[in-house]
Amino acid sequence: MSVAPENYVALSAVLFFIGVVGVIARRNPLIMLMSIELLFNASNLALVTYARAWVDNVGHIFAFLVITVAAAEAAIALAIVVVTFRSRHFVDVDEVSALKG
Amino acid sequence: MIAFWVLSLLMIASAVFVVTARQPVHSVVGLLVNFIALAAMYLTLQAEFLAVMQIVVYSGAILILFVFVIALLSSGTKPFAVGPDRAPRILIPAVVTAVLTLAGITVTALHTPVTVIRTTATNGTTGDANAFGSVANFGAALFTTYLLPFEITAFILMVAVIGVVLIAGDEGPAGFSRRKPKRNIQREPILK
Repeated sequence: MSVAPENYVALSAVLFFIGVVGVIARRNPLIMLMSIELLFNASNLALVTYARAWVDNVGHIFAFLVITVAAAEAAIALAIVVVTFRSRHFVDVDEVSALKG
Repeated sequence: MIAFWVLSLLMIASAVFVVTARQPVHSVVGLLVNFIALAAMYLTLQAEFLAVMQIVVYSGAILILFVFVIALLSSGTKPFAVGPDRAPRILIPAVVTAVLTLAGITVTALHTPVTVIRTTATNGTTGDANAFGSVANFGAALFTTYLLPFEITAFILMVAVIGVVLIAGDEGPAGFSRRKPKRNIQREPILK
């Protein structure tokens, strides 16, 4: 580990930052989902970094579980997008306001 | 050393491209670059198995899913890609929120100093069977100490499969009010 782990953590934070901006600013549901994947990856990078710094397998295990749950999340979210798009052709998540009070 | 900086620049650039791209397909390409760079980054952290899983699961499965959904949604009359994106109006609160998040992460990270444990055993070369992060090392931990989380993950995946079939299937669950699937779509015969 020739590069200090702080650099990895900083990179993870920056990627998380970009992902948060994407989730909040974009209204296209697919790009929002991709930004969520960016968030998962940023957190995974931090987990793996600390696992390497502390020579502990737990970070790897947890990152693996995050990858698995992210796959399940992506599948379900994309299914919801497909179903919603099938019933009304939206391109903006704000148009889906059936539950708005 | 050089690899880290090149990869981090690549990852940041591709992440910005994912967020700012106009069309979802372009975002997918940026995301692919990001995932592959992250897999290489895992290799620099001696997480070999995770690097392979990153390629297989993310680049191989999730991105293909995204591509298929984009292709399906774009096949209608209205192209899915060109949507009004209210980016300019909401961009400022988004950046403010994200900066606050970044500040929180940074402060927390700075208050937890990372003490790097350097042991000779972990400096084993790539391919060493019992090296840190290798498949043997990872699998032994996953199937002994962390067997219960692994099993729970399998259950979550099964729930996801059933849920996707129920949600996006042809009929939909009971009470999920939705108009009947269109039957008047002109289908080209595959074999003429």
